[in-house]
Amino acid sequence: MPVAGSIRCWVAAMAEPLLQAEALVKRFGGLVATDNVAIDVQPGEIHALIGPNGAGKTTLVSQLTGNLRPDSGTIRFAGRDVTRLPTHARVRLGLARSFQITSVLREFTALDNAALAVQAHDGHSFRFLADIRRDQRLRDLARRNLETVGLGPRAGVLASALSHGEQRQLEIAMALAVAPKLLLLDEPMAGMGIEESQRLVELLRGLKQRCGMLLIEHDMDAVFALADRITVLVYGRAIASGAPDEIRGNAEVRQAYLGEEAS
Amino acid sequence: MAELLPALRTPRGVVTALLLLLLAVLPLLTQAFDQRYLLSVGTRIVIWSIAAASLNMILGYGGLVSFGHAAFLGIGGYAVGILSAEGFASGWLQWPVAIAVAVAWGTLIGALSLRTRGVYFIMITLAFAQLVYYLSSGLAAYGGDDGLNISRSRFPGLIDLRDKASFYWLCFVLLCATLWFCSRLVHSRFGYVLRGAKSNELRMTALGFPVFRYRLVAFALAGGFGALAGILLANDGAYVSPAMMSWVKSGDLIVIVVLGGIGALFGPLYGAIAFFAVEEFLPPLLNLMHRGWGEYWQIVFGPLLVIIALYARGGLDSLLGRRHG
Repeated sequence: MPVAGSIRCWVAAMAEPLLQAEALVKRFGGLVATDNVAIDVQPGEIHALIGPNGAGKTTLVSQLTGNLRPDSGTIRFAGRDVTRLPTHARVRLGLARSFQITSVLREFTALDNAALAVQAHDGHSFRFLADIRRDQRLRDLARRNLETVGLGPRAGVLASALSHGEQRQLEIAMALAVAPKLLLLDEPMAGMGIEESQRLVELLRGLKQRCGMLLIEHDMDAVFALADRITVLVYGRAIASGAPDEIRGNAEVRQAYLGEEAS
Repeated sequence: MAELLPALRTPRGVVTALLLLLLAVLPLLTQAFDQRYLLSVGTRIVIWSIAAASLNMILGYGGLVSFGHAAFLGIGGYAVGILSAEGFASGWLQWPVAIAVAVAWGTLIGALSLRTRGVYFIMITLAFAQLVYYLSSGLAAYGGDDGLNISRSRFPGLIDLRDKASFYWLCFVLLCATLWFCSRLVHSRFGYVLRGAKSNELRMTALGFPVFRYRLVAFALAGGFGALAGILLANDGAYVSPAMMSWVKSGDLIVIVVLGGIGALFGPLYGAIAFFAVEEFLPPLLNLMHRGWGEYWQIVFGPLLVIIALYARGGLDSLLGRRHG
């Protein structure tokens, strides 16, 4: 397989991965939710993480973001050990996340949501008197991020009034605001129609130059359309990792997960 | 100023402007109609509005139901009382010390209680307030359970707090200053973080906001304004007692905030007016219907609150039309 081989060479040639998790273990009582997993993402790469429900994908991502602490193993991001760093500190380093469950601030407008995201990366917010609605720089940056994801015309709408797909787009606009080096996308296509999914695939493809992505997704069309590499997680273990063609052809993966979908 | 004009065209703007105008000239009215008692009711309304506004900062904007807010009033009051008893009569000393102590206390208990959520937060703030309550009861040197008569803070050459009208106007100006601060706070960077964390804490953390720190500062800030209300209460009656920080008072404050409209700028004012109006006028009204019924005014007040909680979730503020921004 020449394509897979060349990608692997290219990967090996990179100096240091953007994100590198090694030997991660996370137990919940007797259940080993993350079983000695190693995963890395290169700059400008989309690395997809797939696996059946309950495989421990979200648990793994939560450790990468800092919402959960691994029992053992290390996580390096952008050249430093972040294993013990709290979430907000990791975000500051450029590790942004969009949520599996849509998680925008429902009582705020789309623009306010995007502006808060910009504000998060704009020094401290211990400013008590100046009116944020008159902060043109903040608003302009927020508006630009909304336009990037195609939500420009919906800026003034309450987030709770946006459609499901639009809320997803807003999530990504918010993730962009923190100038991420790496985006962790937790099932961004979940609950979307075909058309909405296709639009999101285009959007993510366009964003690839800006930042690396770790994509957790059930929608195999989207995964195979976007991913440079795929890692398959089953029962907390990474059973395979490689280029899309390689994964498609992997017997163990087909048996464990892809099943008829790939055949 | 320009943005105040359109606000005046809404029912909320008109009602609020009229209320503020009425409060501004209240001492003139009570003097003209020789109703000195009404001025003392007015003073209490204004002071409790400040207290409720300070609770609204954390409860309304932050979504943190503190059930121990009266402790800050007590700390403010007792700081003035103890300093006065020890011979430090100057308000220039008493007031900053009182506020500083309350802010320090707010930082301390905030650092502990903000690690909890929901009902645990309610319980732990209540527990800390009870701690201060029993501490003050135990201060035998400063009156213990009976409380402490104090002389009012002195601001020589500036204002005489013994004069009822001057004192009222001072309270009113401080209320306006507090509400002004709140109005700026809501739309500031800090206010957005606080409100964002109320809306979705996980999301705000994921965005990179250290939510805990912002809440802690809000808590301490609210404590400072609470202490201001306590200072004024102490000066109003020239008296402090543990009763001013009993859990009942903390409950009253929550009732005032909920009654007025959680998170509404002028909600604490509406709530305090309604609360004291009911407390003052419902008993005589019931007595008119039947002698002796007045004692049981809370039997009417309770269900009234339930109705507000069920059907007017935005409190009195929501009766004035939809809120903007």
